[in-house]
Amino acid sequence: MSVLLRVQDLSVNYGHIEAVKGITFHLNTGEITALVGANGAGKSTTLLALSGLLKPAHGRILFEDEDITGLAPHQIVSRGVVQVAEGRAILVTLTVSENLALGAYTRRDRAGIADSLEQVFHLFPRLKDRADQLAGNLSGGEQQMLAIGRALMAKPRLLLLDEPSMGLAPILVQEIFRTLVDINRSGLTVLLVEQNVRQALKIARHGYVIETGQIVLTDSGANLLHDPRVAEAYLGG
Amino acid sequence: MLSQQLLNALTLGSVYALFALGFTLVFGVLAVINLSHGAVFMVGSYAALFLVTRFEMPLWLALLAAMAVSGMLGLLIDVLILKPLRARNAPHLIPMIATIGVAITLSSSAQGIFGAEILRFPEGTIPAGEFIIGDVHVRAIEIGIVGIAFTLMAVLFLAIRRTQLGRALRAIAESPKAASLLGINVEGLFHGTSFVAAALGGAAGVLIGLDFNAITPLMGQPILHKGIAVIILGGMGDIRGALIAGMFLGFAEVMSKAYLSSQLGDAVAFGLLFLILLVRPSGMFGRVLERKA
Repeated sequence: MSVLLRVQDLSVNYGHIEAVKGITFHLNTGEITALVGANGAGKSTTLLALSGLLKPAHGRILFEDEDITGLAPHQIVSRGVVQVAEGRAILVTLTVSENLALGAYTRRDRAGIADSLEQVFHLFPRLKDRADQLAGNLSGGEQQMLAIGRALMAKPRLLLLDEPSMGLAPILVQEIFRTLVDINRSGLTVLLVEQNVRQALKIARHGYVIETGQIVLTDSGANLLHDPRVAEAYLGG
Repeated sequence: MLSQQLLNALTLGSVYALFALGFTLVFGVLAVINLSHGAVFMVGSYAALFLVTRFEMPLWLALLAAMAVSGMLGLLIDVLILKPLRARNAPHLIPMIATIGVAITLSSSAQGIFGAEILRFPEGTIPAGEFIIGDVHVRAIEIGIVGIAFTLMAVLFLAIRRTQLGRALRAIAESPKAASLLGINVEGLFHGTSFVAAALGGAAGVLIGLDFNAITPLMGQPILHKGIAVIILGGMGDIRGALIAGMFLGFAEVMSKAYLSSQLGDAVAFGLLFLILLVRPSGMFGRVLERKA
């Protein structure tokens, strides 16, 4: 099993707070890995550092054995590490089509971009129906589909997702997670950051539990799901 | 008489719109009210004058060169002054105050180099042709000014609406963070936007210099005030709004000078503006849109 991303002893400050305190983890190529924990545990901060939006205070990030620590966000995206940010990550003043077109900003292969657009519309047919509408007029679930679809337009090697379930009705969460499994089956490596621990661990091959900036548990997704410590802390006993 | 005034208003309005376009573009993309835009406009004017008088450059070439000079100046202001302030997360007022400093520096320098007196283009530089359509005297230079202003505005407008680069700029205008996660080089486009906006401002300076044939170190001041009014009226950061509001201000000014009082032109124009803002505080087309982090 080859390793796509390696995070070594990463510390990140958020404002004056040391939000991530020396975490080490790795993502295997082709797998879904979940990073779960409570609100404020340091999950989002970790993702912001992976995307270059926060500069690590310490540690290294290796993507395909290349050190990407401290690169600018656009340089990281052009290497194929693409993040679906938390909450309303889409551009509400642009149309659905324009959002998708911008997803392919780092690409120049017109034919490939057209193929990706076909795939995204196949995955999320509702986006095709609403292609010319302003993204701000979409429902919450549709906005999340657009955010994921837009990330896929970049033809990522690694997809980082920050709380894709946030603010969505349970049935939509199921739908989004099923889609993530489909996307992963097509070969894409996924890092899923979630507070919805049960759902995340159900679809993840590996999981890491983060508490107050430190990784406290790691195991396969299935084992973590049945681990009494996880059950007690995150799954309501 | 009326049609003659309409032509004057069209000429003046298109230059106001062109000036305001760069101003509003910088506000939209960089979220900075760049108060050096008037001084950059003045520098464009002097650059064209200098190239025409000193090197006998043809006017069209001097216009392009003046746009390049003012564009470089805009880029320099961004790299040397705005960028370090961005890096320190300076609050909004700071870059605005800093650009006032830039404006003062530039106009004092112009005064030092070229003197405070009004300078004019040498005889024969400005095409003297004139057409008579009905009872309207149309100067060739006016056709040139309106044509150039509208061409530049149309190119910018289409680029922003239809191209990937334009979409990227609109993405930054909404959220620099979201834009950077799409692989957009936000800093690079800040620089590019500063260049283009200043080049448009410089072009407006050359056109005004040609229209009135009068260039002074302080010519950027009144147009800066008008530019602020135009972008507020048009809705901050709104390209189409700046175009229409610029036209509106040109018409209001010319018409009140022609039919009410030549002294009160600005007072009437700004009074109207104030009234419109009372009714529509976010401008004619403004949507109230808070930028996300």
